[in-house]
Amino acid sequence: MSQEELRATRRRKLGMIFQSFALLPHRTVLDNVAFGLEIQGIPADERHKKAEEILQMVGLGGYGASMPSHLSGGMKQRVGLARALTSDPDILLMDEAFSALDPLIRRDMQDELLDLQQRLAKTIIFVTHDLDEALKLGDRIALMKDGAIVQIGTPEEILTNPENAYVEKFVADVDLTRVLSASDVMRHPEPVAQCTAGPRVALHLMEEHDIPGIFVVTRQRLLRGRVTLDDAAEAVKKGKQMTDILITDIPIVAPDASLGDIISLIVESPYPIAVVDDTGRLKGVISRGAILAALARKGEETHATS
Amino acid sequence: MQLPKIPVGDAVEALVDWIEQYFGWLLDGISEGLGFLISEFQDLLIAIPPPVLILLTSVLVWLVTRRDIKLAGLTALGLLLIWDLQLWDLAMLTLALVLVSTGLALAISLPLGIAAARSDPLNAALRPFLDFMQTMPSFVYLIPAVIFFGIGNVPGIIATVVFAIPPALRLTNLGIRQVPIELIEVADAFGTTARQKLFKVQLPVALPTIMAGVNQCIMLALSMTVIASMIGARGLGYQVLVGIQRVNIGMGFEAGLAIVILAIILDRITQNLVPQHDESR
Repeated sequence: MSQEELRATRRRKLGMIFQSFALLPHRTVLDNVAFGLEIQGIPADERHKKAEEILQMVGLGGYGASMPSHLSGGMKQRVGLARALTSDPDILLMDEAFSALDPLIRRDMQDELLDLQQRLAKTIIFVTHDLDEALKLGDRIALMKDGAIVQIGTPEEILTNPENAYVEKFVADVDLTRVLSASDVMRHPEPVAQCTAGPRVALHLMEEHDIPGIFVVTRQRLLRGRVTLDDAAEAVKKGKQMTDILITDIPIVAPDASLGDIISLIVESPYPIAVVDDTGRLKGVISRGAILAALARKGEETHATS
Repeated sequence: MQLPKIPVGDAVEALVDWIEQYFGWLLDGISEGLGFLISEFQDLLIAIPPPVLILLTSVLVWLVTRRDIKLAGLTALGLLLIWDLQLWDLAMLTLALVLVSTGLALAISLPLGIAAARSDPLNAALRPFLDFMQTMPSFVYLIPAVIFFGIGNVPGIIATVVFAIPPALRLTNLGIRQVPIELIEVADAFGTTARQKLFKVQLPVALPTIMAGVNQCIMLALSMTVIASMIGARGLGYQVLVGIQRVNIGMGFEAGLAIVILAIILDRITQNLVPQHDESR
């Protein structure tokens, strides 16, 4: 790659975010954010307009005229992020971008980065020494040792199937409740009762499978609620309708909810938890047993290898 | 017993003769150009009525110190005192000498300083010269200046320029070299050309240090124009010299006071010309 090509690539395709923020101290926040466009020779009006937009997006609207030295660490890194985003690159390189921030701000920035990623859909290469951060942010993690990649994979693959002893040691202390999500531990919701069917059908299904309750869904598998064995039996005796005994106030979680969140929900709820996607469809069910099984499985593995 | 004397003096004289023979036209040209520049500058400063210049200077001080009314007032008082002591024209000549020699010194030292910051070999090559220039007693500069340019304002300026170059060059070099490596990485990461990196990152970030060099340059130029009175440079310095020669304490003190006032004003203006920014990040 020639100097010229390298320069063009850096200008248009790459955005870089630094651990030490590396804002230009003599420039206002707005001019810092517009820096990339300025280098590309974009006229002042246009680049300031774009920079203002991006500042709004990272939650720093109105700070354009401030000097970097007047901002807190978290705000500085937002400026750094905005600066990298302004030239609309394909790839963001983040070099330990959040390592200099204190833990609370760091967590906020991580959440915000995930949020931004949802909207922008860029390829982000995030270098970090913090495994928890990698597990939280990464779709895929490349674990490196002495400059060579040891293992590439999704967070789950890395955790549940470590390539060698080094990776195993590296991930030994990971808190699984923060890594595993609802979709990792849920079971297929079988059986379910159609909401058009009566209590008698629901009762029959529960008795047949020997379960104390059943989820009620529409034909499109949209979750309506839950009925218990006792309620169904009583309804059959007294001739009540399905809607009379339907419990609608049941705990539900999204498929990407973390195990930690689910545990606190399940402790408070007498029912298994329904996993529902964002269109309201029932995707799975999580019982206490499923969670314990998931945690125990990992515990056994580490126990066996250590 | 006496060692045989190495003819250093003879050699130098021969060299000077040679230079004058072959480069006399150049020396004359420089001499004429500088003489013209100084007299024009002095005429310009003297042409402005003192009250107007005093007001303008005070306003300038007020502006660059970000509304420091006290300093602006002291500036006005100081300049009024110079006027009152009937040293105005001499002070304007000294100011013209300082400004012309500072201008020349900066025209040489800033580009060289930038070049030295970007090239290690050049930096290494310049260093002995700078050390030499800075350790040499300032009187010694007067000798070659007199040899090539006779006596008067012009050799005074030449000696002053040589004397004032090292700090500005050194601080420019240092300022650019001290720009944090991350900021250079930022420039690279965003695909700057070498020119953009220099003008948009290195120079602005180094500016406070460079301005410290400019400030030093002006201060040294002022002190040297006083010493240069010994080779016939006029102005306040000459007045001090005459005061010493005639043991006229009052006269020497008045001129000295005027020099101090000028120095303080020039110092305050150049020190505040660039706002200091937070260097840490």
